[in-house]
Amino acid sequence: MLIKTPKKHELKENTVTAENIYRDRRSLLKKMGFLGAGTLISSATQADVFDLFSKDEVKKFTTKPLTYTKDKSGLDQVLTPENKVTTHNNFYEFGSKKNQPVELSQEFKVDPWQLKISGEVDKPFTLSYDDLFSQFPLEERIYRLRCVEAWSMVIPWLGFSLAQLLKKAQPNSRAKYVAFETLYDPKQMPGQESRRLGGGIKYPYVEGLRIDEAMNPLTLMSVGLYGKTLPPQNGAPIRLVVPWKYGFKSIKSIVGIKLVEKMPATTWNQLAPREYGFYANVNPEVAHPRWSQASERRITSGGLFARNRIETLPFNGYGEEVADLYENMNLRKNY
Amino acid sequence: MALMLSRWMSMKVKTNLLKSLIHVASLLPLCLLYFSALNDELGADPVEAVIHFTGIGAFNLLILTLLVTPLAKKLKQGFLMKVRRLLGLYAFTYAVFHVLNFIAFDLQFNLSLLFDEIIERPYISIGMAAILLLSALAITSINQLKRKMGRHWQKLHNTIYLILLLVGVHFYWSVKSEIIEPSIYIVISLVLLSLRWRKFKR
Repeated sequence: MLIKTPKKHELKENTVTAENIYRDRRSLLKKMGFLGAGTLISSATQADVFDLFSKDEVKKFTTKPLTYTKDKSGLDQVLTPENKVTTHNNFYEFGSKKNQPVELSQEFKVDPWQLKISGEVDKPFTLSYDDLFSQFPLEERIYRLRCVEAWSMVIPWLGFSLAQLLKKAQPNSRAKYVAFETLYDPKQMPGQESRRLGGGIKYPYVEGLRIDEAMNPLTLMSVGLYGKTLPPQNGAPIRLVVPWKYGFKSIKSIVGIKLVEKMPATTWNQLAPREYGFYANVNPEVAHPRWSQASERRITSGGLFARNRIETLPFNGYGEEVADLYENMNLRKNY
Repeated sequence: MALMLSRWMSMKVKTNLLKSLIHVASLLPLCLLYFSALNDELGADPVEAVIHFTGIGAFNLLILTLLVTPLAKKLKQGFLMKVRRLLGLYAFTYAVFHVLNFIAFDLQFNLSLLFDEIIERPYISIGMAAILLLSALAITSINQLKRKMGRHWQKLHNTIYLILLLVGVHFYWSVKSEIIEPSIYIVISLVLLSLRWRKFKR
């Protein structure tokens, strides 16, 4: 595993502005933003000049502390502060702008929940909300998350290996791929209801892995971050984390895991097959057709002048663990 | 005589009021933007935030600039023409900040990456073409130059219509999937151009 040494410029978490001040600043700026962003198109969440006096505060979703074993290997990586991990999200079900998921998801109901494991398995089963936290011992995993948009974070996830879950269901010999599906509930997920909020992708969001990728010990089913259960904007109550692939593979708020024989459809690939492949392994050599993937901006603390552009590593730095999965494969073709 | 003076005064007052309003409405958001960004109070990724804010701001101001002539004609309010240059220069200012944000904060002065991006990424290539053209218009907006250039000035400044289209495509190509917002901007741009179809016919 590659370990990032903190640089002098990288600040500690305690220098981060308190959340309430941070939120106020943003709402004030939004109100000011009539020339910058507001006038011509004001989105549902964007306060414009007219609701200068309306309340911008949203009820906050309650997360609960979890018990877990600590990750000792990743301790010397500079973590992305929690308030950045939970306010900068690509979760189009709650709006396609980065700040929308946190604003539009706080009423999301995660309990009761059902996660169904089915398909080419001998013992299909369903996990309830409580099962998600009690069936498997939870461990902390500090992983780098590299978005296809060329920014990245370091996040302390809590969860268990997908392999543990799959083994319990006993996949049969026809199980070559694993297909994942996000909850479809337009009443709760405004992005599914409105095309404008949802960014024009097809719902429910679906993703997939090859069975050997799914069984790799790095592949994590996450139920929490920073010591607590996941907030909705990060994919509560349970999401996938595949740290050597671009972030869009790490599907959120999962209700179905199906083992299948044929390569399953995946959402971004369906939308733009030339830009997003099934594999989506982090690869600095293969550019996105519209932008370079050779480097990335690591989001930690620090404002505009944070010198945070770093080289992107093959497989996001997890080559030692996963490169052999792709031996003899042309990764330029299988992007 | 007295009547004419009062009308002239009120015109001048109106123009000055409108100009002051434009100054405040353009500069204040920009100041607040950088104040927040420097203090890391602009969301998790202030770099993306400042790039988007100044980019959309430049586009909005460009549209406002091109709205002036049809509006002045329609409302028969000639004094509106007096703020057209100011709006255009603020569109240019926002565009310059947009590009500087990209170079300084996103690419962090990695100039070889900048040149690669300009050559290899079509949306950045046309964005750069647009800012170069816009710079030419901004420089030649000085009165003395305008007089010197004579009828070439109008020819050069007609490229504003091309710039508008380039900026629309730049926005459209830069997004991942959420094409509704850029599409609306392109439609507005086409409406602004259609208002001038007589001019293009000539």
